[in-house]
Amino acid sequence: MAGTPMKERPLSPHLQVYKPMLTMMMSIVHRITGAGLYFGMALFVWWLFAAAHSASYFDFVQGFIGSWFGRLVLLGFTWALVHHALGGLRHLVWDTGRGFDLKLIEVLAKANLIGSLALTLVIWIVAYAVR
Amino acid sequence: MSMRTPLSKVRGLGSAKSGTEHFWHQRLTAIANVPLVIFLVFFCVANVGSSQAEMTAAAGNPLVALMLVFTIISITWHMRLGMQVIIEDYVHGEGMKLALLLANTFFCGMVALTGLFAVLKISFGG
Repeated sequence: MAGTPMKERPLSPHLQVYKPMLTMMMSIVHRITGAGLYFGMALFVWWLFAAAHSASYFDFVQGFIGSWFGRLVLLGFTWALVHHALGGLRHLVWDTGRGFDLKLIEVLAKANLIGSLALTLVIWIVAYAVR
Repeated sequence: MSMRTPLSKVRGLGSAKSGTEHFWHQRLTAIANVPLVIFLVFFCVANVGSSQAEMTAAAGNPLVALMLVFTIISITWHMRLGMQVIIEDYVHGEGMKLALLLANTFFCGMVALTGLFAVLKISFGG
C-alpha cells in the first residue's frame, strides 16, 4: 500500500545461526560446485572452438590448459564435476521419497565426498597414463 | 479454504505461471547428464594432450559429434536453470535480479551455441 510505513520485518535465520554439519556443508558445496561448473563449461567450449578455429589457436589454448595454472583449474573442474554429479544422484534418490533416514543421510554424504575425491584421482591417473 | 479459482486449481500453474516446469526440466536434464557427463570425462581424458588434427578427428567422428551435441544442449540447459535459482535466492533488488537473469540466459545461450557451432564446423567444414 502506498503511504503505509514499512516496518523492518524479521527475517528467518540463515546459515550463521546453525552449527556446521556435514550434510549442510555438502548442500552448500553442491551449489558452489554447480556455480563453478557453470564457468568451467565455458572453458570446455573454448577448447572445442579452438579446435574448430585453427591449429595455431588450438596450440595456444592447449598450452594454457597444459600450464600449471590450467592443470590446477582442470583438477578443480574434474572434482567439481564428479562431486556435483554424485550429489545429483543423491538428489534423484531423495526425489523418490527414499534415503531420508538420518544414519543413511550421513553415510551417503560421506560416500559422496570420498567418492568424488577417489574418482577424481582415478580420472587423473588414467589421463596421465594414456598420455 | 482455498482462495484459488477452480480453473487455476485445475491448471496448477501457481503464481509464477509455469507450474513445476522448472523443477521438471532440472531433473530431466540431471538424468540426461549422468551418461553424458561420463562421456564428457572420457572425451576429455582421451584428448588432454591432443594436437588439433587428433582433436578434430576425434570430435569429427559422427557418433562422438552427436554425443557432444547432446551433452552441450543438456548441460547448458541445466546450467541456466541452476544459476537462475542461485540468482533468485540471493539477489533481492528487482533491477539487479532482472539484469542477472538476462545475463544468465545470454551466457548459457552463448556457451551452447559456441559449442554447437564448433562441433558442426569440425564435422562439416574442414
